[in-house]
Amino acid sequence: MRAFVPGYHMETPPTLAAALQRMASEPSGWKPFAGGTDLMVLLEAGKLPHRKFLSIWKIPDLRGIAASSTHVALGALTTYSEVRRDELLGREFPLLARAAAETGSIATQNRGTLGGNIANASPAADTPPALLVYDAELELVSANGTRVVPFHGFWKGYKQLSLHEDELIRTIRLPRGTHGWTHFYRKVGTRRAQAISKVCFAGTARMEGGKIADLRISLGSVAPVVLRATETERALRGARPTPMVIRAAQEALAREIVPINDIRSTAHYRLRVAQNLLAEFCETISA
Amino acid sequence: MPDSQGKIRVQCEVNGKAVSFEAYPMERLLDALRVQMELTGTKEGCGEGECGACSIEMDGSLVNSCLIPVLQAEGAKIRTIEGVAHSAQLSALQQAFLTHGGAQCGICTPGMILAATNLLARNKNPTDDEIREGLSGNLCRCTGYTKIFESVVEACHTRKREQDA
Repeated sequence: MRAFVPGYHMETPPTLAAALQRMASEPSGWKPFAGGTDLMVLLEAGKLPHRKFLSIWKIPDLRGIAASSTHVALGALTTYSEVRRDELLGREFPLLARAAAETGSIATQNRGTLGGNIANASPAADTPPALLVYDAELELVSANGTRVVPFHGFWKGYKQLSLHEDELIRTIRLPRGTHGWTHFYRKVGTRRAQAISKVCFAGTARMEGGKIADLRISLGSVAPVVLRATETERALRGARPTPMVIRAAQEALAREIVPINDIRSTAHYRLRVAQNLLAEFCETISA
Repeated sequence: MPDSQGKIRVQCEVNGKAVSFEAYPMERLLDALRVQMELTGTKEGCGEGECGACSIEMDGSLVNSCLIPVLQAEGAKIRTIEGVAHSAQLSALQQAFLTHGGAQCGICTPGMILAATNLLARNKNPTDDEIREGLSGNLCRCTGYTKIFESVVEACHTRKREQDA
């Protein structure tokens, strides 16, 4: 049932400093609200626990995509549509562009943001697997200053963030240098458009003389958080992806993920699909 | 600033006209459009951003109005289905939906028209896949989508003929 809307408050701080000041003055009082594609759904279902929101949608400091020689920095309010339109991201971080294209509908992509996707911390989110394989870093900002943390480990458990109550995600930073890597992304859902994933797989690899010189693998919807599959990576790093090596990696993957039965799929199906996607990844990078 | 009840005044532009209304900040733009402005062409289907029945354009972007709190509509330029035809003249897309039976029960139609109108504004010459993707956020339980797809293709052809003429 829809929430009692008069019981909710929302303000529009004009600047980032004003928003941070508001959050510092009343920690745990005010929560940031970006494009609303997750929070408005909770409101409609009567499941939105917080009552006071700061609309940060129009804060310019949280927008924009900027590239330096070493990084691409994406403002936390970068929408999926903006990711899709950006040529540099498409060229150097194709998994992120692909993930953005596979997230929701055009209308959702116009409002949903990367920062929101991270802050909402759904294990089925589509962009975090791509962000994890690209070793994304987050710039967090509060009235007291700024800190940069790796995205890997930022989600401590189901919907648990390493984010202080007065902090905002300001920027998502992607280190450049993906030239020569092969990129692989597959989202498996009920329907090709707009479904929430049953399993999502993102991987990159750099091959040298038929061997996997280096690789990164991340999966969504198979654990309480989007997972970086480090054990599976270890089983493949430095190896030639022969059927035996792939089989060993699939077994490592089975030890590493913890899929569950829920409304979208079963643990059994998720494990099988995750292992199949790993095999497909290995075939793709060796092709 | 909120009044004593917690309502705010929102000023925006809807279909080219300046409007001003009072509402609670997290009320849905969908409700403000339908109830306060009596623009009932915009429909509600799922109320959770899945079906696209409430699609409108906000500052040129296609959005689901069920997911927009009215506070975020402050200063926005909004177009609903009521703003698609030019007075009595239907748009090429609307005409194509009539010709091809793209509308049956009509609940998804305003959203479909807005999604397709927005697609054609962004992409002058969409491929079949781009049309399918542009409509993929709008669910229809009647047509099986083929007639809707054909309507959009026809509207693209009409536009091309008009441009070439």
